[in-house]
Amino acid sequence: MRHVDGNAMGGLLWEVFGAEMTHQLGCCAGCGAVNPLATLTVYRDAPGEVARCPACGTVSIVVVRMPHAIRVTIEGVRWLQIHTG
Amino acid sequence: MAGAEIQRRLNWLVAVVVGVVEETPSVRSLTLSCPGWPGHRPGQHIDLRLTAPDGYQAQRSYSIATPSEGELVTITVERIFEGEVSPFLLDVVAPGDRLELRGPIGGYFVWDPGEGPPVFLAGGGSGVVPLMAMLRARISSGDGTPMHLLVSARSRDDIVYREELETLSHHDGVVVTLTLTRSRPEGWTGYDRRVDGAMLRDLVMSPDSGLVSYVCGPTGFTESVAGLLVALGHPPHRVLTERFGPTGG
Repeated sequence: MRHVDGNAMGGLLWEVFGAEMTHQLGCCAGCGAVNPLATLTVYRDAPGEVARCPACGTVSIVVVRMPHAIRVTIEGVRWLQIHTG
Repeated sequence: MAGAEIQRRLNWLVAVVVGVVEETPSVRSLTLSCPGWPGHRPGQHIDLRLTAPDGYQAQRSYSIATPSEGELVTITVERIFEGEVSPFLLDVVAPGDRLELRGPIGGYFVWDPGEGPPVFLAGGGSGVVPLMAMLRARISSGDGTPMHLLVSARSRDDIVYREELETLSHHDGVVVTLTLTRSRPEGWTGYDRRVDGAMLRDLVMSPDSGLVSYVCGPTGFTESVAGLLVALGHPPHRVLTERFGPTGG
């Protein structure tokens, strides 16, 4: 049980997307489950942060911090829905 | 709110430590005065960053323990064995010191006063911190939302905010229940075990009430309690969780 969840990734996701993201919905490319990003299972001891679907374990989002950049892989997310108020 | 959230930039701010409270032998609250702080919602957290003289940086997330109050932000920190940041915050930091933080962060594990559905809060160890912000906001706002806080701690001495919780439990519409999993004081009549289905059946309103639950603590605690609530018929989207990891934040 070394994982945390997407709440703890809120600051990093904000850096990537420029907005609060934990309450936004993502659809898993693996199983189609739709969940707020806060519920993703997050492993922080990997190189970078790895977020997986809480339903099927598909790798949703990987964020790696480099000296002057952040690289984000979002292969495992079919869509993200950004609520605009 | 959502529109405003999208406009705001998440900048690092410099805060000054203005208050320190030793909550338990291994838990301490720090009140920070943070010029430029935009205010926050109960349940939100900050990222805190320490920079060593050689430039090495370590960053951690800490839940905010109090409702929004000007530029004041209170966090509660638990000592993590062999941790890199928490021993510094518990042993070294003193009033007048400066710390870098950014926030508030979090749009999911939040509760706002406003006479919404009844609320059940379950905290394991220092998982009580963001729940305390919700409970304190409920009381200071005069909101009438029924709110029940269940705290699981190893012993009475490990209960964070114990004195305050003991007085809050007499507040109208607020119920505080404690369970002590490892050791109990003599004459203890409360729960004496880990949270289980029977305990939740005793304490928690039925799903028909529209109850919203917030569960926060170590990963094992959070997943177990959330699973039990869902098994009792509470819809998963009304059981909100925040998992700290193996030993806490």
